[in-house]
Amino acid sequence: MALLRTENISIAFDGRQILRDISVSLEEGELVSLLGLSGSGKSTLLNIISGLLPPDAGRVFLEEEEITGRPGHVSYMLQKDLLLEHKRIIDNVCLPLTLRGTKRRQAHREAGQYFDQFGLSGTERLYPAQLSGGMRQRAALLRTYLSSRKIVLLDEPFSALDMITKGQMHEWYLDVMHRVHLTTLLITHDVNEAILLSDRVCLLTGSPGEIRHVIRIEAPWDQRKDFELTPEFLSYKQQIMGLLRS
Amino acid sequence: MKRKSESIRNKLLPVLTFCLILLIWWGLSVSGVIPGYMLPSPADVIRAFVRDFPNLMQHAWVSLEEALIGLVAGTLLAFGLACAMDRFESLEKAFMPLLVVTQTIPTIAIAPLLVLWMGFGVAPKITLVIVTTFFPIAVGLLDGFKSADPDSVNLLLSMNADRWQIFWVVKFPAALPYFFSGLRISASYAVVGAVISEWLGGFEGLGVYMTRVRKAYAFDKMFAVIFLIIIVSLLLMRLVTLLRAVSMPWLRARPAHEKKGE
Repeated sequence: MALLRTENISIAFDGRQILRDISVSLEEGELVSLLGLSGSGKSTLLNIISGLLPPDAGRVFLEEEEITGRPGHVSYMLQKDLLLEHKRIIDNVCLPLTLRGTKRRQAHREAGQYFDQFGLSGTERLYPAQLSGGMRQRAALLRTYLSSRKIVLLDEPFSALDMITKGQMHEWYLDVMHRVHLTTLLITHDVNEAILLSDRVCLLTGSPGEIRHVIRIEAPWDQRKDFELTPEFLSYKQQIMGLLRS
Repeated sequence: MKRKSESIRNKLLPVLTFCLILLIWWGLSVSGVIPGYMLPSPADVIRAFVRDFPNLMQHAWVSLEEALIGLVAGTLLAFGLACAMDRFESLEKAFMPLLVVTQTIPTIAIAPLLVLWMGFGVAPKITLVIVTTFFPIAVGLLDGFKSADPDSVNLLLSMNADRWQIFWVVKFPAALPYFFSGLRISASYAVVGAVISEWLGGFEGLGVYMTRVRKAYAFDKMFAVIFLIIIVSLLLMRLVTLLRAVSMPWLRARPAHEKKGE
């Protein structure tokens, strides 16, 4: 059974077709990436899956329950971490819980147990301005996780970070994802990132955007650390670059 | 070290400018370039201030009370108005031009009207302070609400937050810095507003005192009360700055490198 599934999603703005017949499905524990160039409608798809934007046609299912146009089921994280500067990290992270009406102390207790796993211990009482870019993204991911524990949508989450930090975050993400059994839909324009992290890469190309190719990346997740330096990685990259150009 | 000496210099410069002006003023009145009955020397002003101190304080309290009540009422009015205009865009379109027009009416012109309508008590004074103070706060708040990041609002929507939660979690905190900028301006208007309305009728207050000493050609007392108004206004603005620091503790949080973990 697919955890998340979209069925023939299409949308147009001002008469211009942006997405056509997008069908993706994610099994539990999978990381699937949507790789596309700028302007291919990647972020529009994210808004549709998270329920903020109703599509012209098509449906979204979470565990076979239809959630099309209904926010509150699938949470997302953007390149901008969107941490609230006036709240301490613990309160930022607890936001999805307190919005639902959980008492603050209970929410703190619930969220507190994840700080260690997410590499955030010691930051609970700090304000976002006191953290580095990488740490802020970790906090944002924990907030996303507490909002919808089964699945998260990531929209170019690491693209504002420098190369070294980005590499550390990739490693960290694979580690955390397997620890808390997370399913991820990653939206990115970074070919390396897509190959490095994904089980499957869906290429979103053309205008209107369509998924024309899906590439399965065969490499166990615990061998992804130096994956980028292997010949297999390069052949995947060659294949994807070829498909993107054509 | 360099930064410290720079900050001392930055604090010293305005003090030096002030002393220089005082010195020029003193020179002008002592040397007789401007006759003493027209421009009293700084020493005369200080003497008048000390001699009349209890009297001045009594009047100052009355004015300060009017200013504070007006400022608080003006702030509440501004808050309600800004919230309503943020919630309903048509309200903003309908009322904003009118609000701008209210700010172009000369205070001096409506003050006597207010006295005619409301009598010689504190009501017209407080009303005038409200009229002069609510505008900067309302405009500041409205800009502040609009400055909230739409992506943050969307994120909360994706978490199923309602309008009320979005207001308190995102919009209101985003508006706080704007609110305090407006409040600082309004605080400086408040005392002056109270004094102006006292000129035009009343029994107590710094404005009443001013009218009396002007009629007696007691220029030394006139200057003394002007300085008192400046001091009271500055103290009120200082209070706003303190309030701002207390309300927004996150602005003072400095990066804690030892805790970063990276």
